[in-house]
Amino acid sequence: MTTVAVKPATMAQALTRALRDAMAADPSVHVLGEDVGTLGGVFRVTDGLAKEFGEDRCTDTPLAEAGILGTAVGMAMYGLRPVVEMQFDAFAYPAFEQVVSHVTKMRNRTRGRTPLPITIRVPYGGGIGGVEHHSDSSEAYYMATPGLHVVTPATVADAYGLLRESIASDDPVVFLEPKRLYWSKDAWNPEEPTPVEPTGRAVVRRPGRSATLITYGPSLAVCMEAAEAGRAEGWDLEVVDLRSLVPFDDETVCASVRRTGRAVVVHESGSFGGPGGEIAARVTERCFHHLEAPVLRVAGFDIPYPPPMLERHHLPGVDRILDAVGRLQWEAES
Amino acid sequence: MTVMEQRGAYRPTPPPAWQPRTDPAPLLPDAEPFRVLGTQAAEQTDPELLRTLYARLVHGRRYNAQATALTKQGRLAVYPSSTGQEACEVAAALALEERDWLFPSYRDTLAVVARGVDPVEALTLLRGDWHTGYDPYEHRVAPLSTPLATQLPHAVGLAHAARLKGDDVVALAMVGDGGTSEGDFHEALNFAAVWQAPVVFLVQNNGFAISVPLAKQTAAPSLAHKAVGYGMPGRLVDGNDAAAVHQVLSDAVRHARGGGGPTLVEAITYRVEAHTNADDATRYRGDAEVETWRRHDPVELLERELTERGLLDDEGIAAAREDAEAMAADLRARMNQDPPLDPMDLFAHVYAEPTPQLREQREMLRAELAAEAEAEAGTGSASGATEGGHR
Repeated sequence: MTTVAVKPATMAQALTRALRDAMAADPSVHVLGEDVGTLGGVFRVTDGLAKEFGEDRCTDTPLAEAGILGTAVGMAMYGLRPVVEMQFDAFAYPAFEQVVSHVTKMRNRTRGRTPLPITIRVPYGGGIGGVEHHSDSSEAYYMATPGLHVVTPATVADAYGLLRESIASDDPVVFLEPKRLYWSKDAWNPEEPTPVEPTGRAVVRRPGRSATLITYGPSLAVCMEAAEAGRAEGWDLEVVDLRSLVPFDDETVCASVRRTGRAVVVHESGSFGGPGGEIAARVTERCFHHLEAPVLRVAGFDIPYPPPMLERHHLPGVDRILDAVGRLQWEAES
Repeated sequence: MTVMEQRGAYRPTPPPAWQPRTDPAPLLPDAEPFRVLGTQAAEQTDPELLRTLYARLVHGRRYNAQATALTKQGRLAVYPSSTGQEACEVAAALALEERDWLFPSYRDTLAVVARGVDPVEALTLLRGDWHTGYDPYEHRVAPLSTPLATQLPHAVGLAHAARLKGDDVVALAMVGDGGTSEGDFHEALNFAAVWQAPVVFLVQNNGFAISVPLAKQTAAPSLAHKAVGYGMPGRLVDGNDAAAVHQVLSDAVRHARGGGGPTLVEAITYRVEAHTNADDATRYRGDAEVETWRRHDPVELLERELTERGLLDDEGIAAAREDAEAMAADLRARMNQDPPLDPMDLFAHVYAEPTPQLREQREMLRAELAAEAEAEAGTGSASGATEGGHR
């Protein structure tokens, strides 16, 4: 690494660079989606790719998500490595049948003869003031579908590293991009991308001793803020960034909870049937005798995603997280 | 004075962005389904091709009968018969070159077998020892697709990829009349036309989606007419005339291979048997209707053409039937053996590398199997030792 001060880059820029580098390194990588060519995507993540690699490599498709993913399946069967963009979380649902019936099953049904190295990029989550159908947290649907990897970055370095790894993976990956983090910045050098932990490993973003906040993607920054604020309450909170929901890193999560004895899962997705229930169950099954309190969840409400002027009441915030931490049976300590 | 004259020089102009697109006339299907047998065109058809088609039809008819019999013996969980539709099944496979790809739906086992897939491996899905029994890359046959029309965009993507790579490969995708109502049918045809992908879509209009007749499926003049809306040619063919189906599909394949883009072919045929062995067709159609179609039988139509023209004699017919009987006997014998099963396979192919969670569950199953084996050994029934080798 150079010692020259590295300029900050946004997560969107790191994602663009990951796509560009993947396409340059491997001619079988093809990008396809709505508005990904001339426009560079509604979030500009595919900016410049059609110009650099041609429209056969970065293709504006007809406006039909099942068709985009369905044709990607055929392209993958013929040896290409498609990266498809679903324009928004809630626009990805027409492609869901292809995900469930084919993308996730093709390798298995053919005894490994037909791997599908497809990356499905999905901008997801709220916090950008999007109107209806632009802010869903759809991760639980994908998590509940065997055969997928479900990956979500929360840092600029991870955005690059995890996307490169997802594209290189021979398994299909749903790559969930937190919309509210597209413009988040971090010191990051595109010419010398920071190495990151591999997919499937969670990372402790902030060490602490009082309790563990288990989170991912859009909620990481909120948890980091809550951990800072928690110091005033006398809590030294550890924050674990899952980075991939499938595979799930039981080892890192449970090692943290065994150290702290308390855990809160934080995500934007609703709590009923959401990822937090699975995570809480896994932690309880494995760390029961280390737990000083039940594992709690701080999640979005179990309601259709609210209109933008009301979304702040829905999204987990610092206060709701610290309230949950406060309910972790601290009386027993004294 | 008219209103226009009162307005003086003002003349409305067309919307600025509008311009005429493709001329629809050449895309329209003919008024009548294309036929070869019993017409002048039959005499221009290669007799060797007709004889090959005949042998494959007899073979296919016997295969359907044998597979249906295997359901009654409990050797197949279910079998959706294509009896009455053999001409489409066989012609679809024979219209393709070896390097081409076939994308079948669940009723197209015959086409899969006609493409060269082992008759037993083609039935793995319906026997239930695995899902797809054959290697798709060996004969370039995609897995039999059960969710309707979902395999059509795969065919488009594969053909598109082949063209991007510079390979002159064509994909032929099969779907039924019911499947044309699915969204994936629409999206696949639209993508294919926009990309000018080398794909041929074969719709076997067999009259019914399980019990629902075509009139409740579509208000289109014909299913072939749907092509026009996508900007591709639509072709109507008598689906029980093997020579006609073969010619129409071969033309479409040639057109696609030459860069002419996709074609939608509607073959008019009839599902003579019920939807599957589990269905009761008497609830939704009468014997008289079935009988009219039995008189337009694909095997008999071709047999008559060949015998009347002296291209086939009793000996030739007997030889074709003997060949089919030998296939059926072999199929019966092989299907009467229990397939090897290895429960550990359940975890082997979900991912390139199993996740830690799947590794845990695999060990759980391994332990359960070991306990089962131990219990069986303890009760002295060691003959039922665990199936297959545990990895």
